[in-house]
Amino acid sequence: MHISVQTPMFVVMACLSLLLFPPTATADELSRASMLSNTCAGCHGTDGISPGSIPSIACKSADSIEKALMEYRDVKHFSTVMGRLVKGYTDQEIQLIAGFFGNNCNKPAKK
Amino acid sequence: MNNFSRRDFIKWAGAASAFSAMGWPLGSLAKMGRSAAKVVVIGGGYGGATCAKYIRKMAPGIEVTLVEQNKRYTTCPFSNTVIGGLKKIEEITHGYENLRDRHGVKIIHDVAEEVDPANKTVRLKGGTKLPYDKLIMSPGIEFIWDAIEGYDKAASKVMPHAWKAGPQTTLLRAKVEAMKDGGTVIIAAPSNPFRCPPGPYERASLISHYMKKHKPKSKVIILDRKDKFSKQSLFVAGWESLYPGMIEWVSKSAGGTVVRVDTKAMEVENNDGFTYKGDVINIIPPHRAGTIAQRTGLADKSGWCPINQTTFESKMQKDIHVIGDSAIAGKMPKSGYAAGSEGKVCAAAVVAELGGLNMPEPSYVNTCYSLVGPDYGISVAAVYRMTKKGITPVKGAGGGSPKKVDTTFRNMEAVYAQGWYDSTVADMFR
Repeated sequence: MHISVQTPMFVVMACLSLLLFPPTATADELSRASMLSNTCAGCHGTDGISPGSIPSIACKSADSIEKALMEYRDVKHFSTVMGRLVKGYTDQEIQLIAGFFGNNCNKPAKK
Repeated sequence: MNNFSRRDFIKWAGAASAFSAMGWPLGSLAKMGRSAAKVVVIGGGYGGATCAKYIRKMAPGIEVTLVEQNKRYTTCPFSNTVIGGLKKIEEITHGYENLRDRHGVKIIHDVAEEVDPANKTVRLKGGTKLPYDKLIMSPGIEFIWDAIEGYDKAASKVMPHAWKAGPQTTLLRAKVEAMKDGGTVIIAAPSNPFRCPPGPYERASLISHYMKKHKPKSKVIILDRKDKFSKQSLFVAGWESLYPGMIEWVSKSAGGTVVRVDTKAMEVENNDGFTYKGDVINIIPPHRAGTIAQRTGLADKSGWCPINQTTFESKMQKDIHVIGDSAIAGKMPKSGYAAGSEGKVCAAAVVAELGGLNMPEPSYVNTCYSLVGPDYGISVAAVYRMTKKGITPVKGAGGGSPKKVDTTFRNMEAVYAQGWYDSTVADMFR
């Protein structure tokens, strides 16, 4: 499979970078997960930390975010706008979004 | 891709961040020994500020310089709350300190006068010349003065447009406040496409809210160059419930097209030669892509900028990207939220290109709230994908607030409208 072909170069780059710099991982990967999740930030705040009346989604577990999104989509759970929006994403995309925010909390916040 | 589980993906993406987070190999892998890649962003509003911040978040190794003429930024979203007396202008005005101090964006308060695409430099009014590897323009809009006879910059002091927030907003507010009870406010709304499609109707709503309390014999007339408008049924239902008889909407077919204004007589004339007199007249003139985009030759005959809708790179000039109101972004509206969403997609495109990485498939959203009254909010939303037809809303998703709900739902959306505002501003400036 194609992943294995990419792995060596990727591992080299990652290892080299880890030698040079501490792994200050942030939520900023150039990934499909971050691309999708950044669309949420307009309402839920950057990295899912909301300054206002819209709930924060940072630090919730990936499973609970995924479950909540599916319930909004399937109208098992009341929402004003979330149900309308989440219908625009596939199951796999919902998982990526849930994984992004769910993964986000244990990482040290950027100064 | 079938064996590529979610867990693998997260691991993979997490490891990827280990080197993207410190700005390597972004810009330096192929060009070892060269200085950091340089990105210049023109315009520090929803598009430009968000884009600048996210480039720095994704790739701190890239040097980002933001050129913005104003020291502080007054948002167009929520400026109707100032006109309606719900908020003070200070509450919707924000600074660039966090972009500078937390995100390391270099801020230059100056006007971009000229771009040299061949030599890849931007010349500022103050004389500085900024070299760039990538230039991102988010210059908002430029008014087409005199498209409506008699409506030029001088006329906008008498009949404010208030379609760029700031002094024009407070001017229109002052005029509404000074108006006598029993007066008429005229709002002339433009044809599509224009900045903030629900804006004129939210404005009529919040002016009516103020008048209902303080000048109950007054009315608002909307003269429209269109036969339908954004969130129309939701607005009309809200008007009937909150301000019965106060707002009159004159469609294009009914003679809503304003072709001439007379600032001395305080009247406007439609295309049938009929005149309307107003005590306060708000003209929203036709507009096009911002001045620097026009000057750089990025706009087409429509007045707006054609772009690659995945990367937002101009179709007219290489290495110049256009986002926000100036861009032709498929089916996305010219809204603040859309501009921010475009800014994030563009940030990924620019970082990927400079770093020699693959750009993930783009994803875009628009979510837009309007206040019909302080406790009565309505919204419209869409999720977009890139298709053969350009940026296209996902079918079956998005849409407007439901029509038949009770006041609690409207009240909740009014509360979320404020939350939306706080979050979009934070996504730009925090």
